[in-house]
Parts: sequence; structure tokens; C-alpha cells
Amino acid sequence: MLLAATLVIVWSPLAPAATRVDFALQQIAPGVYAHQGAVAEADTINQGDIANLGVVIGARGVAVIDAGGSVEVGRRFLAAIRAVTDKPILYVVNTHEHPDHVFGDAAFLKTGAIFVGHKNLPRALAARGAFYLKRFRAILGDAAISEVRIVAPTLLVSDTTSLDLGDRKLMLKAWPPAHTDCDLTIYDSRTRTLFAGDLLFNDHLPVIDGSIKGWMKILDGLAAVPALRAVPGHGPLAEPWPAALNGERRYFDTLTRDIKAALAAGDDMRRAADAAAATERPKWRLFDAYNARNAADAYAEYEWDP
Amino acid sequence: MKILRCLALLGLIATSAAAQPAPDSWGDIKNQLFKDAAIAEDNTFVSINAPSRAEDAALTPVTMTIHMPKGDARRVVKLSLVIDENPVPLAGAFTLGPKADVASIATRVRVNAYTNMRLIAQLSDGSLHMTKAYVKAAGGCSAPATKSLDAANKALGKMKLRVIADARPGRGDFVVMMRHPNNSGLQMDQLTRLYTPARYVDHLAVYQGDDLVFSVEGGISVSEDPNFRFDFARNGAKFLRVEASDIDNAHFHAAWPLDGGS
Repeated sequence: MLLAATLVIVWSPLAPAATRVDFALQQIAPGVYAHQGAVAEADTINQGDIANLGVVIGARGVAVIDAGGSVEVGRRFLAAIRAVTDKPILYVVNTHEHPDHVFGDAAFLKTGAIFVGHKNLPRALAARGAFYLKRFRAILGDAAISEVRIVAPTLLVSDTTSLDLGDRKLMLKAWPPAHTDCDLTIYDSRTRTLFAGDLLFNDHLPVIDGSIKGWMKILDGLAAVPALRAVPGHGPLAEPWPAALNGERRYFDTLTRDIKAALAAGDDMRRAADAAAATERPKWRLFDAYNARNAADAYAEYEWDP
Repeated sequence: MKILRCLALLGLIATSAAAQPAPDSWGDIKNQLFKDAAIAEDNTFVSINAPSRAEDAALTPVTMTIHMPKGDARRVVKLSLVIDENPVPLAGAFTLGPKADVASIATRVRVNAYTNMRLIAQLSDGSLHMTKAYVKAAGGCSAPATKSLDAANKALGKMKLRVIADARPGRGDFVVMMRHPNNSGLQMDQLTRLYTPARYVDHLAVYQGDDLVFSVEGGISVSEDPNFRFDFARNGAKFLRVEASDIDNAHFHAAWPLDGGS
């Protein structure tokens, strides 16, 4: 806690020195807010606040997009929402199953919100929830993990669904396997804002936990969303659309080219993963944390179908 | 600057404090798998090569290499790959064909935690020799689970042979691949509190003609889409054949014609 407070003083000269950690919620369009998580891996200092979160406020109430990587982050997010609106929270939409997006869900249980997810989200949470809880206990600590609840979405999206917030409708779309096998995007047509979840990474190296081929295949469909701006799952907010996709498109192309060359040369997975996409290294943060893993997954995928 | 450096240092300390070393589970595992047989710890005959950090908990490459000293008349008859901290530590028990002169087998495994990974070789005189590697589990969203379950189930049982071009004369460097989710079944469903049913490949054997190259009794630690790359002595056979089964009693066969070879 002390460390986190120190961080605010270092990083945010506008914050009064005495205040507790400020949870920045930025208005990016009328009635549309977003919070930028740290471009980092989860640790005890950021408490899992590493994913971007969204809020859309309509006449009837509020839709929340992802809940943060710990219940503490979820609580601070809820408090920040309450500072801008007292309307009821109607929906909490999880863009996919990763802990940095869903571990904050428990903070919203008492709001009465309906939890929304891709039709494959319950299965993914079932298969991975226990492992994530165990693994993140070592990363975030006992206290943080003990209060996490894996929340089952009750409104499932298998293709597209709209959520009526009164004077605005959100279009939800479920995508085939790409970043994960339960990616969901949220589009506010009134302000032409797309919450892309982790189908869009900005600055933070994209992480492939579904299918690189699947992801590349949907890029054109994503680009066709008539948004003016998109909020990525990680990295700076409100990027111009669809130009925001250029970085990950280039990364996937480079990774694909290098992995196919390694397969043709008979390189094994480790050798291929160590060398692939090296030219992309200066272009992304967390490259060393995730590139070898992406490359290994891409190797396994292209090995079947070059 | 000083503050930043100080914070970075604290960050490092926090990280390493979370990275506890694996507890010593080997005693129990050893008793279960090898009873009271003596196991020498040496890498004279075999080595294991695994990354120090499992980048993806679902897909960690591991290579087992055999290097019998020149003039030693014994051979390796069996390789046991053990991942101490996995729910079922024995990842695979490989039986090597007596005439195949297998020089290496590489596969991919799931890694659940910071763990020792061991390779125990049984020589033809019955002696056991162990070598090991320590693997740190990845952080983040990495999980030892199937990635695209629908895709994995759709093509279940499909097999592919990949022949690496530049094998040494008289030898083959092949990859046998099989589509299978290899579901561990051990994860508790956090929503229903039920365990998901297991379905994994428990047996796979590779033959050239009628001669066994290797067979493996596998478990849930082998990654989805089981994959084995092996270097062996070709015998001139015209076909490579794979027989496999999973715990649902499904049987899978595939055969591929081979050019000349030996």
C-alpha cells in the first residue's frame, strides 16, 4: 500500500501527495470512460491492475467492461464509476477469461449486475479457474486471492447480442478462437467506440493464447467495425481505428514468416522460439515476457498446417 | 531516479519472494514408480533439455537425448519422464525398440508449477540412471489447459508425419503428431464444482515395418496434440506406422510410405 502510494507521487505530479491511490477513469467520448492498466505483468505493487477497463453510461444504467485483476482493483474501479454516475450497474461484460480481466468481478457481485460473456467463457473459467487461483496466489498474495470469486456469466453471447442501456445500445460480438477461445468485443455505435478487449494490444506485445491463424483471420472483420476509436485490452487508450491494428498485424506477419522458415529448416520448437520475430523486439513492451511463448504456440499451430 | 531504482529493487524482491523453490516431492514419487531400486544420479548415458522457464505452461518443449559411451555394450531400454510437481508426475514411460538405436525423443509437456523435471533411463543390465532439470512455471495467463477445445475435439485422432530433411545417413529425424485435446480432467470446474472428465492418449507406438521404434505410455502431462520428434536408425522398411489409443478406448492408426531410408 505504501509502495503504491509512493508510485502515485512519482508518476502523477497532479495527485495531492496525501491522497490514496488515484484510480484514473478517463472520459474518451460522451458517456464513455476507460481506465488504463499498467503495461506490466501482475505483481504486488500494481495488484493486478494491468488490463484496461471500460464504462458506458446510458439513460437506464451502466455497462462495465472487465473488472480488473484483483478484487481490490475492482473495488477501486467501482468507486471511480460511482464518482461519475449513480445510475445502476446493469451489466458486467468480461471480454475473455484471463485473470487480469475477471479477478475483479467479485467487487461487482452486490451491484446486482448481470454478468455477460462469450458462450465459451464458462468452459474456459471451468478449465482454468482453479489453476489461475493457485498460480496468482504466488503472484498477488493470499489476501488478494482469497477474496476472488470466479463468477459465472449468465448472459452468454454465441454470435452477436445487443445490450440496451436506454438511450444507447451496445453491440456485443463473440469471435472465433484468436487471443483466446472466448473473445468478446463491445461496440458503442452512438460514439463509435469499440472496446476490443485483448483482440487489440497497443504498446504491450500481443499475447497468443488461442490461435495465431484464427487471430490473423479475424483482423479484417475487426477492421470493418465502423469505429472511430478503439480501447485496447492493454496499452494506451482510444487509438484511432482501424489503424490501431497495424502493429499487431505486422507482428503476426513477422512471427508467421519466421516460424514457417524455422519449420522448413527443421529447427526445433525452442530454437525457433528463441529467434522468431527478433526484429519486433524494439517495437513492443514485454516482448521478452511473451514473444517466446507466442512463437512456441505459433510453431505448434503451423507445424500442423504450414 | 533513486526512488525509481529503489522501487525496481523492491519489485524484484517481491517477485523472487513469490518464486518459492519446489518442495521435495521426489521421495514419494520414487517409491511409487521405482520402489527401492537404486537410481544413480549421472548424465553419462542420457540428458534432459528443458527451458529454465516454461514460457507456456501448456506447451513446454523437452528433449531427451541418449549418448552411450563408445564401447559400452549396453543400451537404453526405457526412459521415464517425471515432472515432480504435476498432478500425475509420470509424464511418459518410453520403451525403445531394441533395433531402433533411438538417439533422442523430444515432446511437449504441461508444467503446473515450479518443478524438477527428471529423466530416468533404464539400461539393458537393469541399472537406473537419472538426470534432471529445474523448470520455473510461467506467470500471466499461461495455464496448462487445452487452448481451443472445439478445434481440438473436431479433428481428434488425426495424425501427421513430418520428416526432417537433413538427418544423418542411415538415420531418420521424424515428427509424429496427433490431434487430441489430451484433457487432464483434473481441473475442478469452479462453476459447477465438478471435475471435468479426462480424455487423454495413454498409449502410442511407432513402428518401421514390424520393428518397434518406440512406444510411450502417456499421461495427462503430455500437451494437447501429442507430438514426438525422434532420431533413430532406419531399417529400410517401406512404411512407418503409428498405433495409439486413449482412455475412452478409442483406437487410432496411421501409416505413411517411406522412401529408401537405410
